[in-house]
Amino acid sequence: MLKKLLMGNEAIAEGAIRAGVVVATGYPGTPSSEILETIARLRPGGVYAEWSVNEKSALEVAAGAAIAGARSMVTMKQVGLNVASDPLINLNYIGVKAGMVVVVADDPGPISSQNEQDTRRFGQFAKLAVFDPSTPEEACAMVADAFACSEEIGRPVILRPTTRVCHSYASVELPPELPRRTIEGFSKDDGRWVIFPRLAYKNKPAIEMTLRRLSKELTLYSGITGDFARAKKGIAAGGVSYRYVLEAFEILKERGFGDAVKNIRVLKIGTIPFAEHLGVRFLDGLDEALVVEELDPVIEDALIRLCGLYCKRIKIRGKGTDDLPLAGENTVEALVKTISNFLDLNNGLNAEAGEKQGRDIPAETPALAIRPPVLCAGCPHRGAFFAVKEAMAGRRAVFSGDIGCYTLGNAKPLDMVDTCLCMGAGITMAQGLDRAEPDAVQFAFIGDSTFFHTGVSGLINAVYNGADVVIVILDNGTTAMTGGQPHPGMTRTLMGLRAKQVSIYDLVKGIGADDIRRVDPFDTAAAKTAAARAADLKGTRVIIFEGPCVNIVPKGNALTVLSAKCRNCGICVKKLGCPAISAGADEKAVIDATLCTGCGLCRNVCRFDAIVSRHDGEVAQ
Amino acid sequence: MNPRDSLTQPLTRTFAEKTNCLITGVGGQGTVLAARVIGTAAMAAGFDVRGSETIGMAQRGGSVTSHVRMGKDIASPLIPLGRADVILAFEPGEALRAIDFLKPGGVFVVCDRPIIPAVKGDYDGSAAAAWLKEHTGAHFVSGEDIIKNCGARSVNIALLGAAAALGAFPFGFNEIEAALAEKLDAKFLAMNIAALRYGAAITGK
Repeated sequence: MLKKLLMGNEAIAEGAIRAGVVVATGYPGTPSSEILETIARLRPGGVYAEWSVNEKSALEVAAGAAIAGARSMVTMKQVGLNVASDPLINLNYIGVKAGMVVVVADDPGPISSQNEQDTRRFGQFAKLAVFDPSTPEEACAMVADAFACSEEIGRPVILRPTTRVCHSYASVELPPELPRRTIEGFSKDDGRWVIFPRLAYKNKPAIEMTLRRLSKELTLYSGITGDFARAKKGIAAGGVSYRYVLEAFEILKERGFGDAVKNIRVLKIGTIPFAEHLGVRFLDGLDEALVVEELDPVIEDALIRLCGLYCKRIKIRGKGTDDLPLAGENTVEALVKTISNFLDLNNGLNAEAGEKQGRDIPAETPALAIRPPVLCAGCPHRGAFFAVKEAMAGRRAVFSGDIGCYTLGNAKPLDMVDTCLCMGAGITMAQGLDRAEPDAVQFAFIGDSTFFHTGVSGLINAVYNGADVVIVILDNGTTAMTGGQPHPGMTRTLMGLRAKQVSIYDLVKGIGADDIRRVDPFDTAAAKTAAARAADLKGTRVIIFEGPCVNIVPKGNALTVLSAKCRNCGICVKKLGCPAISAGADEKAVIDATLCTGCGLCRNVCRFDAIVSRHDGEVAQ
Repeated sequence: MNPRDSLTQPLTRTFAEKTNCLITGVGGQGTVLAARVIGTAAMAAGFDVRGSETIGMAQRGGSVTSHVRMGKDIASPLIPLGRADVILAFEPGEALRAIDFLKPGGVFVVCDRPIIPAVKGDYDGSAAAAWLKEHTGAHFVSGEDIIKNCGARSVNIALLGAAAALGAFPFGFNEIEAALAEKLDAKFLAMNIAALRYGAAITGK
């Protein structure tokens, strides 16, 4: 069978196409973004894919398709599910006709997110089945089963990969293409699709019965391995943690603990809920069980519940007993220790072979470079932040931030993000900050895609309530942080079709902002003037900084420093935080030509005309 | 094999049957491409591949690593500490950060050209490079020479060439060149094949 090297997100996309998805929607968010991009790239006939304006819209588009009988998928990251939670929870009450799979990528760590929420827990709250893959190949195969499950129970189903599934890759055997369902089309069905209190009352028991049925019958992707009869200890695991447990077993076997590893029972969990009888069979006869999972103790709680229900005296260890960390990812190294501790194996070290704890490094290592993520060299946001910062020097101003690349404006030396909460929150939090402290100038920075996502409602709120804020829209013409996805302000859709561009300027004007200015963020003088002017006005003022993301336009010619003219003042190095400029051995500025995009911001701030284009520099020197 | 059945299949490999390659650098240096090329070449040579990437916020100038594991029945997408047969480090400080992954006797190829963090500190890469030279058998490759000879965007593939010349991979240059052709836009192919060969040549084996 054909094997392909696929990233988990690509594997989910292949799985969706082969399972006959007809409508696929989503909003970008790490680590989920590549799923929809892959569907659009492969774009088989009859599949429609769109980046929706936000997760709520995406889920509703997918829900509409599913109640008309078309298999649909919607993708988002875990915090996106909060935005989409209203339609999702209610959709469960009315149900779907064709299968609908809600892919929500969780981010233990967190690596690229604001929080560590667990979508398996959300699934329990929303009363939905959750499929939890441990590898890309499993994620690929799960899609078809998730669609089938959704159709069998008539409700949406969640597929929840985590970062190490989404962004890991594997040799994946592609599943066969399933015959497409015929799309019946929408039928009015006597009010079935209209959620009234009476309907909700009637359907709630049906939802509960579905969950009861799943906790009796759902055995897919879960199972027990290891010694059945004599085992006194067992390990239960789900998601990528299951793979880490297997890897830890390999290491323990190598270190001479093969027998100890052979004698334990292992429960692998692939769905929440899972068939209870699997849990009971796993627990049967054990003294202790260790539960290995990331984020919330969901499997742990399920097993504790089973111990109560079936009157079993078994110690369940995991997060609740601090055997597993309360935050962050699991690692093979930590699990080798945890499992050794659980099995009383001398920390997993082979004493006879003289294995010792700690690193085997011959000497103290020098300090490591500290590399927080930063705005790219040539990023237009740097120009905008720098101009506002300069214009507000010495004044009491608060800089509310938002979610996107520009959150990185909080890094020193720019230090221009004082708050960040969730998508769209900056504009509205600035209004609350202003109500509490009217004397400070309130700035709220928001990117173009985030403005369309949930910023527009905040602007309407400001105009309607007469808020005294400066809203700075950083329009770089793309959804940059997640890899450059199109959004309503652009002329193309995900499928590459021509789109009617929604003008941010016209939108802001239409809402009725008191003052609007459009500025080039690399025109430092004009940008400073615009910021100072807006700060002195009253009402809802909007500055739109228009400069394309450095990753979507061709790179310009690199600049260079004329060392004869450079006076070591350090302004370009110390005020801009540009990755391309640093101080050389003689304290004079040096520009790394491989990184510089020629944006000219450093040239604008240099008071000695020491920064010139590379060509001019060669002539002059 | 249907992944549903994977539970019933015992893991049978031994560690000698697989090769672990860690690639480390700073966001923007092309670790993801290098990893994909190695993975594609390994598959062409008949190996199964499992690995992991850093994608997202850390890509903006942060430390990034790619893990590529080649062989049968590999459990984890991440290489455990002390088990990398090969480390390709695109930057000396990042090489230092990754040394706990290196297996004793593993192939360690390091580009000597530092990337200065945007948040300025004392770091200039020299202490890291000196330490690595004293305490490890790292093969240093001149980043300035690669950039001069192959262009600013070629460090990743030149290092891949150097490692391949040192016998780091269970596949040859034909598989790597075919993988480059599969993964790259045609207009960048010649430049990258030149970088691959340059990296192999300067390693002198």
